Order: sequence, then structure tokens, then C-alpha cells
Amino acid sequence: MTGEEIQKVFMILLEYLVPTLKIFGFTLIYSIPLGMIVALLKMCKFKPISWLTNVYILIMRGTPLMLQIIVAFYAIPTLKSSPNTPAVIANMLSGVNIQGEDYMFNAVLFAFVLNYAAYFAEIFRGGIESIPKGQYEAAAALSLTKTQTFFRIILPQVVKRVIPASANEVITLVKDTSLANVVAYAEITLKAKQQMQNYSSLTPLFIAGAFYFVLAMVLTVLSSIIEKKLNYYK
Amino acid sequence: MAMLEVKNLSKNFGQLSVLKDISFTVEKGDVVAVIGPSGSGKSTLLRCINQLEKASGGEIVVCGMNMLEKNKHGKTVYASAKTLRDIRLKIGLVFQNFNLFPHLNVIQNITEAPVRVLKQNKADAEKTAMELLEKMGLADRAKAYPCELSGGQQQRVSIARALALNPDMLFFDEPTSALDPELTGEILKVIKELAADGMTMVIVTHEMAFAHDVADHVIFMEGGVIVEEGTPDQLFGNTANERTKQFLSRYNNA
Repeated sequence: MTGEEIQKVFMILLEYLVPTLKIFGFTLIYSIPLGMIVALLKMCKFKPISWLTNVYILIMRGTPLMLQIIVAFYAIPTLKSSPNTPAVIANMLSGVNIQGEDYMFNAVLFAFVLNYAAYFAEIFRGGIESIPKGQYEAAAALSLTKTQTFFRIILPQVVKRVIPASANEVITLVKDTSLANVVAYAEITLKAKQQMQNYSSLTPLFIAGAFYFVLAMVLTVLSSIIEKKLNYYK
Repeated sequence: MAMLEVKNLSKNFGQLSVLKDISFTVEKGDVVAVIGPSGSGKSTLLRCINQLEKASGGEIVVCGMNMLEKNKHGKTVYASAKTLRDIRLKIGLVFQNFNLFPHLNVIQNITEAPVRVLKQNKADAEKTAMELLEKMGLADRAKAYPCELSGGQQQRVSIARALALNPDMLFFDEPTSALDPELTGEILKVIKELAADGMTMVIVTHEMAFAHDVADHVIFMEGGVIVEEGTPDQLFGNTANERTKQFLSRYNNA
């Protein structure tokens, strides 16, 4: 490829960095709070809830994310067109628009959020359970309420403990966004593949790799800055 | 009026009976030392009175407020949530492992509860905290984090933290057991000063010489029951109780 062609490919991929970052950003925005809720549900003393939550986590962590994206993407169209689908469900789905970018984005995001929430939930649960019982007892002896204890005493300590493991997940997520290309969601990897065929050259793939690499580097630096900031206590 | 009255208190963990028929009274200004071998129920007793464990039966009255009592059907019931909160504020608790909040510095550890629970304004709470730190000889460590302090310093901060809520009574659950002998002295000194100030205290301890020295009243527990109680001179001097004698002889010979 000539220098001019490389520049052209670079600009195309740069443009498709936006949909990649859209998946990345929205997955974090939804899956982190959802993960917190799932973690609390799993620790729920009412057994059926904790059991159901556990089944959800097992499925999300036990099956490939790529498969989950495909299921999320094809589930509604397949149910709509299959003669075996019960009429109730078919009626419910009849109004759902399954065309266009929006549907594609929502389906992909749905799979990412459910998948990452399960991983975050396990990290958060581990963090919450690692706080010594003495912290709760000290807070209780000082007459702090349960809510005050959780938000003022427990949560700040949990945040510090879960940062390294969460940073790991976030960096994995940047690279996992490339899985969205399996349902033809137009992001960097899909575009790089097209350009590779266009120019019969591997260079576009390397450019795509460089994009992911730079993003991962930025996140790595960011996470170590946060870790250092929280290192004022042990 | 007695500050604390415990009558026939019992506590079971499943089949295991940890406290059996415990009764004692603490008067205002009393310093009560609770001694006994490990596993005798001393800590559980403090934890039941402080609501960290649920008692199984009996009565507890704190500063005239019924915390635990028998209702007319003979069932043991706790007071309302509000009364329990009021009672809890009457008693400060100092733990064996300090249990300071590691993410807060010394002054924040002390002011957290006064600000959140008593709704004091931050400046007032900090002023009180500094006075308490002054008393503990730690005024220069106000901005330090717990991990930067020695065990003895951490324990003094935790005593200041308990005192900041201005409790009527202070409980110590083996306050020096996590400290090496050199640091033990500084905590015992603080407790002695509090005793001199007239603070009502219940101290679970393995420091016999200290218990003898500072306590007005000593309770010897074993196997979940009070084996013997009396003045320090009665117990440490010339007890007639064989079991007490045997327990104390191990300390005297050591």
C-alpha cells in the first residue's frame, strides 16, 4: 500500500472508532451499576433470589460472548418469523423494528451489558465480602445506620479493592468490542477486514490493532493513576 | 441508679450455650474488670450488651431504659428500634483489633459518628476530636491514616473515637491483646486516667495486675457463668474459690 492509501485507511478506521467507543462507553455506563445490583442480589439472604442470580452469572460467564451477541441479535427476528412461536409472543414482537443501525446497536449493547454486568458483579461481591466484619461492628457500635455504614464506610473501601480487577475487565472490554463485527455491526474490526480485502493487504488489520493497542495503553495508564491515588491508605 | 443491670442473661449459638444465667450490676463510676480463660464468654457478654449479638434470654437495663425484658407471655423481647438506638449511644465500645476505618484519617475516624449520628457541625466535632487527641497524646497525628500509626496509637484513636459520642459508659473488649507488652502500658495508662476522671467502664482483660490495680469490682467467668465476683482484694488476695485460685495461680507464676 502507498502512503496515501495507508492514510486513507487510517481516516476510515478513525471514523469507525466512534461506534467502537459507543459500545465500550455505554456498556460501562450500564453494566457497572447493574453489576453492583447483581452483586447485592447474589448476597441476598432470600435464597431463591440469590440462586437465580447465580444461574444468570453462570450462564453469562460459561458461554462465549460472541455466541451471546449472535443470540441477542437473531432472537427477535427469528421469533417473529418462526411458525412455532406462540401467538402471544409473536404479537408482542410484531411492533419491534428489526431493521437498521439502531436495532443492531441495541442488540449488541444488550449482550455486552448483560455479559459484563455478570463479571463486574463477581468482582464487586468479592470486594464487599473481603471487608472485615470488624468494620461493620465498629460502625454499628458508633450507631451509624446501615445505609451510612454501606456508603460511608464499606463502599469506599470496596472501590479501592476492586479497582485492579475492574481495570482488567475494562481493558478486556475495549478489545471485546471487536466481537460486534460478527453481526456486521460497523466498527473498526469490520471496516479493517473490508479494507484488507479492498487492498489485498494486511496493513489495515495492523492499523486496527494499533487503535486497540493505544486505547488499551491509555486505560492501563489511567488505572494505574487511579490506583496510586487510592494508595494513600492500606 | 445503676448504669447497667444484667439479670439472668443467656446466649446460645445453636445448641451451644455460651452464656448461662449471667447477672451483675454496674454503678455509676464503677470500673469492672471481667477476667477468665479464653472461650469463657467474656467477649460475648459485652457484645450482647452492645447489641452486636442477640441475647437468647434474660433482662438488660441500661441507664434505666429496658433493652431486653420479658413480656407478659414470658417471652424475651427487645425494646423498640428507637430505644435500642438511644441505649447504644450510652455505651462506647473499644475493640481488641481497634477496627479503625482505614480509608479515613485520625480526625475523620473520630468525627464521622458525631457528625452523622449526633448531627454535630463539622467544626465543633473537630474541636472535640482535637481535645480528645490532646488527652490521648496524639494531637500531632490528627491527619495521619491508621496504617501510619503503631498499634498502641491506633487503640488510643479508637478510644477517642468511642469517647467522641460522649457515652455514659465505656466497654473494652481485650483492649491490649493485639499489642506487644511495650505498647500495652500506654493503653493501660489511658484507661487509668479515664478511671480517675470517673468514667464508668467494663473491661474484659487478661492483664491481671492491671485489673487488680484499676478495678473496683472483678468478675471471674468460666464456661459461660460467673464463677465469682467481688473486690480485687477479695479475688486476687484470698479467694476461697478453688477454680479462681487455680486460674489466678497461672498468672502469678508466670
